[in-house]
Formats: sequence, structure tokens, C-alpha cells
Amino acid sequence: MASTSEERLNFINSKLTNTTTPTRSVADGYELATDAKDSFSIIKALKESCGFTWMMDRCGVDHLEDETESKRFEVVTHLYAPDTNERIRIKTFTDEKESVPTLIPLWRGANWFERETWDMYGIEFSGHPDLERILTHHEFQGYPLRKDYNPENYQELSEPLPIHFDDDPSLEDEDPLEANQWINIGPSHPATHGTLRIMAEVNGEIIKRTNLEIGYMHRCFEKMGETHKWNQIIPYTDRLNYCSSAMNNVGYCRAIEQMIGVEVPEAGQALRMILSEFSRIMDHFVCVGTNAVDIGALTTFWYSFAPREKIYELLEEYCGARLTVSLTRVGGMAYDLPEGWLKRAEEAVTYIEKQMKLVDGLLTKNPIWISRTKGVCALDQESSIQYGYTGPLLRATGLNFDLRKVEPYYFYDQVEFDIPIALNGDVYDRYLVRMEEIHQSCRIIRQLLKNFPTGPMSIDDKRITLPKKEDVYNSIEGLMNHFMLVIHDVQVPKGEYYSFTEAANGELGFYCVSNGSGWPTRIRCRGPSFAHYQAFPEMIEGKMIADAVAGLGSINIIAGELDR
Amino acid sequence: MKTAPKGSPDVNQFIFTTKAKEFLAWGRKHALWPLPFGTACCAIEYMAVVGPKYDVSRLGAEVVRFSPRQSDLMIVAGTIVEKMSPILKRIYDQMLEPKWVISMGACATSGGFYRAYHVSQGIDKIIPVDVYIPGCPPTPEAVIQGITQIQEIISKKAKS
Ligand code: SF4
Repeated sequence: MASTSEERLNFINSKLTNTTTPTRSVADGYELATDAKDSFSIIKALKESCGFTWMMDRCGVDHLEDETESKRFEVVTHLYAPDTNERIRIKTFTDEKESVPTLIPLWRGANWFERETWDMYGIEFSGHPDLERILTHHEFQGYPLRKDYNPENYQELSEPLPIHFDDDPSLEDEDPLEANQWINIGPSHPATHGTLRIMAEVNGEIIKRTNLEIGYMHRCFEKMGETHKWNQIIPYTDRLNYCSSAMNNVGYCRAIEQMIGVEVPEAGQALRMILSEFSRIMDHFVCVGTNAVDIGALTTFWYSFAPREKIYELLEEYCGARLTVSLTRVGGMAYDLPEGWLKRAEEAVTYIEKQMKLVDGLLTKNPIWISRTKGVCALDQESSIQYGYTGPLLRATGLNFDLRKVEPYYFYDQVEFDIPIALNGDVYDRYLVRMEEIHQSCRIIRQLLKNFPTGPMSIDDKRITLPKKEDVYNSIEGLMNHFMLVIHDVQVPKGEYYSFTEAANGELGFYCVSNGSGWPTRIRCRGPSFAHYQAFPEMIEGKMIADAVAGLGSINIIAGELDR
Repeated sequence: MKTAPKGSPDVNQFIFTTKAKEFLAWGRKHALWPLPFGTACCAIEYMAVVGPKYDVSRLGAEVVRFSPRQSDLMIVAGTIVEKMSPILKRIYDQMLEPKWVISMGACATSGGFYRAYHVSQGIDKIIPVDVYIPGCPPTPEAVIQGITQIQEIISKKAKS
């Protein structure tokens, strides 16, 4: 949990002169309420005088059903102070008639977050350059995350959005041999992994400008979160970053457990860590493998897919599914470990290390790989922070920041591992960081397997976890307990919480709001890919198209967590 | 059947008769070129089908082509959202005859567990489907079975 102190609180309050309500300490950091017109100056002061220099998330909440709120909407911004390791939540109240000042002058990355908030809630942001549809299609009517929008109100699209740029220059009177051409890449294109669309203006092979279109995978995760109960959402979280499903399960359940105020027993924690690290390995292997395929190296793909199959076997043995595992529950894990699983996990680690050496041998010193990736699509540290980068991409720019070290959860402070960093932030450095992280994950898993704690996997609380199957079949109490919990699910107390874990791509945040009714009010997922993809034009403008393909593979955009 | 003179090879070992139509179908079914219309989690599982363990090249269907002009089997692997539907239709229309479609997974088939405003509730509203593979995601074995069913469809059609 985030640290807060009285002294810092007084300091923050002394810097914020124009607020009406003072900052206060809450379970997940500091919290501050503002109205729309003061919000910009307050956030600016937080950034410039209090060290909250990173913007992690900005989203909307609809309070239609809550009579105690005087204004209908809320824009919630989460900031982070890297020097003091503190978090603050700024709640800006607004309604349909009022607009909220944009934060783009403070963080370029605020652009998409605000566009999404407008798309979902219709909250206006004054000063925002293009409030257009981002996740839903351009013919969409209404604002889907508003409470009065029926989730089954399907809206069909007749025609895809034509290629366009912000300010259309007329191409007509230019010499056609010199003129820039418009080309459309994706969404059904091998290099864009099926769901990303890049509209590019090119001159020969050089990309002059780009316009990204996303939303081709917008499956309404957040709306589904409001129409299901807490435990029912776990399968939906699998499908956020489906290359490393288990990590999303862990991140989500941890958020709910923090809201309820319980902690999983040691064995459950250790297993969550093992499964998370295996997922990280899978994710990195897919990224490296497909990155190499995209620029023509097919062999690497076969080598990097083999360890995934090994991990799939472990997962299948544990929970029956290979990819979409749903293996956590609020309050613990879904199952006990099968006999001999730990030993097979150990063997899998050995195999992964062997396979990693092969991939390493194929790429790391390969002159073709180096010339295609070194110095390609780099993004410097300053811009990375502007866009809210986290995870391997941020570490590839030389910043040593990993939530497992900064804010250790579970046993991350008791296992030994190193955080790899690289300096240039280009495709090659990202590759190196990922490969070393695979190695470090193997180290973590080995230590955990060696000292695997004994005891139950889940907490023993009838209001939170299901009883054992023997009890359900053999005793009326067990049966009733099972029924009640399945029908009513866990009860999450009224409140809100922003919880985060270090997922394969970076900070995976879940901001959950409960009104105590048994149904979630808001489930917000801050997927790292959303922040990462936004900076892509900055990486590729002025470069060759082929470089853009290499760059896209290296930032590992997973559509499920980009569009949710 | 007359036996061949002693010492000369048995011609029946080398000759078989068939209809041109069936012969063509036989060739087609063992050389399917899939276009993976992969959008989501199912696409990752499809990668596993192509990968070394399940190795779909055993069925002759490993030459994955992303160009609709070069492929005859469309495998829709993943959720199709409303924004994507017109694009799916366009790509399907661009494929040359004869062509087949596999709908892989619950999402492509019916929208899966996304009963939500932006998710198309089944691709058969947009394009014709030959084989539906259940699962979320389907196991690689199921995908392989789906491909063999396409093969059966091809040879049955030639015989009819
Ligand atoms: S069917 Fe399941 S695995 Fe396949 S795309 Fe849909 S949610 Fe993902």
C-alpha cells in the first residue's frame, strides 16, 4: 500500500492555495477533490511543486444512481511521484454543461485518455485538439459507459473511416512525382497484428505523418465490469492482455482484496508470483518471436514458441485451460496444486533457460538483427514519461523503475532478482531488456519453488471464498454457503481503490469503485499498451516504413489491453 | 483383371482413375492456404496450431497468407467488433473462389460472453461460415479437427 505521511500532506496542502477541500490520506495514497475550473492549476501545482510528475491514468465515472453526488460525472486522475513513491487521486466533479480543462499542456499522453473519457461519457475537455471517437466507431451514437446506456444497444457500422489527417493539405497542385502519398496500413495486416490501423503519409519510403486509429478490438470490458459481479469479472480480465492472462487475474483480484482489506495466505501469494513470472516469460517470448517474424526471421518464432507450450502444459494441468486461465479468485487461488506440479515447473524453467540461449544465439549478435533494430524507433526518457510509459519500454530508456522493487507486493522483497536496464530506448535495447527479464523471472521462480510455503491457497472466510467440494456435497452448511456465495458473490464495501501490479508490459492498474450494493460501480483498467501506443507516431515519423514495422513489434501492443 | 506378363511391373501399382473434379478437390484440400483473420486471444491459440507442437503443416495448411488474393480458407480467430465488421466483409469479398470460412471460437461464432454494445454477435451475419469451432479459445486439437472438416466438405462437394 502506498505510503502517506502527515508531514507530506501538510506540505502538499501548503502548495495548493486555491483548493476548497484539502488533500487527505486514503488507503491507496492521497486524494483531492476539485471542481472543473480549478483542476488545471491544482494539477499543475502538484506536478511542478510537489513532485507528482507522472500521469498514470485519467478516466471518467458516472454517478447517475448516486443521489449524494451533486454533479453527475467525475474525472479521476491518478498521478505518481517517483522520488517519494507516492500516489495521488484527483477527483474533478463536472456535468454535461461544464467542460474540464485538458491536461495536454502538462502531459502529451493525456490526449488519448481524455479522448476515451469523452468517447465513453461525453465529458467535454476544453482545449483538447481532437475530441473524436477513439474506441467506438465513428458512426456511434451516445456514450456507452453512462449508466443509462443499455449494454445491449448494438450499433452497426456501415463503412470504415476513410483515411484522413488532422489538417488536410491539398495534394492537387503538387508535382505527382514529388508529392506525398497516403497509404493505409492495417487493421488486417500481418505487421499490425490484426487490429491496429496506421494511416501514413509517405514520401517514397519515408513516413512524414501518421494518424493512428484504434478500437478495432474494443470489447467493452469496462461496461461488462458493471454488468457482472466481482468474481464474474475474472474471466474478462484474462482477455485483457491475453498473452499473459494470469497476471491480469492477479492484478484484478489483488485490487478487490485490497478493497475488502484481506490478504491471501502465503502459499497463494507464492503461487501467484510463480504464475505471474511464467506469464511474463510467455509474454516476452511472444513479443520477441513476433518482432523477429515481422522483420523476416521466422526461425526465432519457432524457438520462442516452444517454451510457451511447456508453460501451457503447466497451466493446463493446474486449471484446465491453456490460455484464458482464470486461475485466481477473490481471496486466493481457484485450485490446490496437483501432485508433482512444482517439480514439473522446475523442469520447465530449465527448458526455458535452454531455449532462451537458442533465441539469444540467433539474435543478440546477429548482424542483420542488429542493423534492423539498433537505433531504430527510439524514444527518449523524457518523452516516455510524458506518455506514461512503464515496464520494459521505460527501463530500456535507462530508468530503473519496476513496481516489484519500488512497491514490493507478495514476496518480491524476499526473492533476489535484478532489474535490467538499457540506455538507448531503441528496438534492440527493448529486446535486450526483455531477454534479461526472462532470465530474472526464471531466477525468481526457482527461488520460490525451492521455498514453496505450505498451507492453504485461499483465505478461510465463508463470506469470501467457496467451501471445499467435500463440504458442499456432504453438509447442508457447506451447500448453503456455496449457494449463497455464488448467488450474492463477495460483498465489497463502499469505497474506491487504485491498485497496480508490474505486468509484462508495465503498470497494470485497476481502479475499482464500489457503492456497497454488491455490484461494481466502475471497473477501470489502465492497460500499459494504451499509454505506449500513443507515442508511436513520435517514434516513426521521419523513419522508413520497414522501421515502423520493427518498432511496432518491439512495443508489444496487445489489442485486448489497448482497446479493452 | 489380367495378370501382367512375368517380369514386367504391375501397372495397377502406378495408375489410378478418378474424375477431374475429384482430383482437383483432392489437391485443394491438401493445400489449403489460410488467411488468419486473427484479432484477439484466439489468434494466439491459432499461432500455437501453426507452431512446432501441433504443426498444422501435417494437413498441408501451414502456408499462412495475409493477402486475400492468395488464400482460400479464412480463419476468423477472435472477437469481431462492429468497427471491424465492414473490414471483415471487404476482405472476404476480395478472396477468390473457391473459398471457405472457419469461425474459430465463441466470439467469432456468437460474440462469446461479450454481450456488449460494440461486439458483433456472430460473423455469420456478415459472411457465410462453413465450420464453427467451439471453445474460448478452442484447443489446438479442435482447430485441427475444424480444418479436417473443411477437407471433408471439399471432397464431399466434388463427389456430389
Ligand atoms: S472466443 Fe474466447 S479466446 Fe477466442 S477471442 Fe473470444 S474471448 Fe478470446
